Amino acid sequence: MSRDACGRRCRSMSLVLAAISGALFGAGLLISGMTQPARVIGFLDITGRWDPSLAFVMSGAIGVYAFAYRAVLARRVDPWFDNAFDVPKRRDVDRRLLVGAAIFGVGWGLVGLCPGPAIVSSPSSTSALLFVAMMLIGMFVVRIASMRLRSRSHWSQNSAEVDS
Amino acid sequence: MIGAASALLLVTHGRIAGISSIVGSLLKSDTHDRGWRHAFIGGLVAAGVLGNMLAPAAIGAVTQPIVVVATAGLLVGIGTSVGSGCTSGHGVCGLSRLSPRSLVAVPTFMLAGAITVWIAGAFR
Repeated sequence: MSRDACGRRCRSMSLVLAAISGALFGAGLLISGMTQPARVIGFLDITGRWDPSLAFVMSGAIGVYAFAYRAVLARRVDPWFDNAFDVPKRRDVDRRLLVGAAIFGVGWGLVGLCPGPAIVSSPSSTSALLFVAMMLIGMFVVRIASMRLRSRSHWSQNSAEVDS
Repeated sequence: MIGAASALLLVTHGRIAGISSIVGSLLKSDTHDRGWRHAFIGGLVAAGVLGNMLAPAAIGAVTQPIVVVATAGLLVGIGTSVGSGCTSGHGVCGLSRLSPRSLVAVPTFMLAGAITVWIAGAFR
């Protein structure tokens, strides 16, 4: 159903389904061990006592999604609650991508939390809650900085886009 | 399950399940589709509350001092905004779609994470 034809009932249905995806995603993180920072650090500890089990979690999720993604887009049918698919289209590798990914990696390695597991852990852990709060501040800082830099040279082309 | 949840969001909303950008877009003033983002995050939080009740051991303790936790959170926020994604957006969805950007981003953040754990290990 397209967004234009989406009435009140359809809109609440769309929210319910988004919440179900979020809850399923969260349950997946909990079951797979992603919400145990010690295991995540063990997974990143390739020079020490490496625990590769989370690699299987990741491969499993990629396998399922790779199949689903192709199947869904091949059907050439619109998503239920929107007029079109909105997936990242950029293919260029720039310095921002590399620098950003490296900064994220350092933060991930320091505590063993990335955004999804941190949000799932936040109701029961004050550390995770602090982590999420600081993460939001970090995102906000980048947004302000990109706006300031928008008038200047090459940052301007990329700064507005957060794509995946 | 993570893959299936991401697929459900794709079928229903036509979006990529990238946690950092679902959250990050809520901080922008020009984001109009806030509803499903709030709902998705609400689902994640609900899973956390329920998980903590049913299986508290699934949520592991954070053992680092709060200064380290705060710094890590800040770096993750900055890094995912600048690099357009995290473990879910680049890692699960991006690699599945064979996105060239994600194929570069994932090894980059894994390597940075591994180096960080290696250095932090020297201080333990």
